[in-house]
Amino acid sequence: MNTYKVLVVEDSPTMRQLIVFALKRLRGLTIVEANDGVDGLKKLTGEKFDLIITDINMPIMNGLKLVSLVRHDPSYKLVPIVIVTTEGAEEDRERALALGANEYITKPVQTTRLLEVTKRLLNLSG
Amino acid sequence: MKEEEKNTVNRAEEFLQVFKKGAEFTQELLKENERLRYQIFQLEEGSKKQSGPLSADAELLRRRVEELEQEKKEILERVLRVEEENDDFAQRYVEVETQNNMLANLYIASFQLHSTLDHREVLQIITEIVINLIGAEEFSVLVLDEKARKLQAVAAEGLELTEIPAVPVGEGIIGQAAKSGESYFIDHMEGYVRDLSNPLVCIPLKIKDHVIGVLVIYQLLSQKDRFADLDYELFTLLAGHAATAIFSSKLYSESERKLSTIQGFIDLMTK
Repeated sequence: MNTYKVLVVEDSPTMRQLIVFALKRLRGLTIVEANDGVDGLKKLTGEKFDLIITDINMPIMNGLKLVSLVRHDPSYKLVPIVIVTTEGAEEDRERALALGANEYITKPVQTTRLLEVTKRLLNLSG
Repeated sequence: MKEEEKNTVNRAEEFLQVFKKGAEFTQELLKENERLRYQIFQLEEGSKKQSGPLSADAELLRRRVEELEQEKKEILERVLRVEEENDDFAQRYVEVETQNNMLANLYIASFQLHSTLDHREVLQIITEIVINLIGAEEFSVLVLDEKARKLQAVAAEGLELTEIPAVPVGEGIIGQAAKSGESYFIDHMEGYVRDLSNPLVCIPLKIKDHVIGVLVIYQLLSQKDRFADLDYELFTLLAGHAATAIFSSKLYSESERKLSTIQGFIDLMTK
């Protein structure tokens, strides 16, 4: 069975736990957690990830900066990125997608939606 | 006279001749009729002999068609039943998924609330739950000052703590919620304008029947226009678990402080 590596970048431990708990229901995922954008970049260095899930509003480095940096790195140019955020305005969504995010999910997170997006981006069946 | 008799005989003979010919013709017609009837009979017999096996096949085929029609009808009925069952299963699957998600959220919220005894951390976790799981943009947590019988804001999101006035128990919507221990939900959320004395939601934080504070929500995130079933479950969870977490963390930090003071005093005495 294929295994996929997913990076979850979220400063709120509660939200991070919720995302990780939900993703653990999908088989074949290895989940790595990061507290903010900088921590996320550190975890990305030298590792191969199949999916990045990130919040926008985080201390030190926000999610949009992270998306921008990741998209400029040739080794992560094609890795799918999912934004999970409280920012529900259309311009925020457009900005995130323009920077290179693949999906934009607003909080409060519907776990079913997060799982559906993850399965689709990783081409997981079931 | 003789001439007349002779004429009469001649005419009688002629008539007899015509009559004989008529009789012969009739005989011939009867014979022809008999011959044709016989032919018809033969043809009918031949036809019966030829069409007999064909009818039996047709009858067999007709029966088979009937059987197949019946089978088709039964299969269609079964397909219909299976489709109905499928719909039922799909609906149940969605319900179970929703329940699973709800339980997961409640588990995470409860787990996080009781993961620390640090008072600030507990308030931070309550804030995270209300933002991330409920989807509130502006809210505050007010804790009851038992001596002053007033509710004081100890945590807030989207507002400064200083903006939130202290609320005497029993006064206004928030004070009443603290006094009665009953949750308050605004009747109509449409067109609501944030008002600190008239919030969207007030959830008394209770340990059994003892209210220790109130969670007050003034504004939801723009993408959230109404509360879902999960929100009410979370409110119920927060009402009990957040209260216990706040209370125990407060007791713990007080006892820590006292312990530190006593330790300092002992150190001073023994040195």
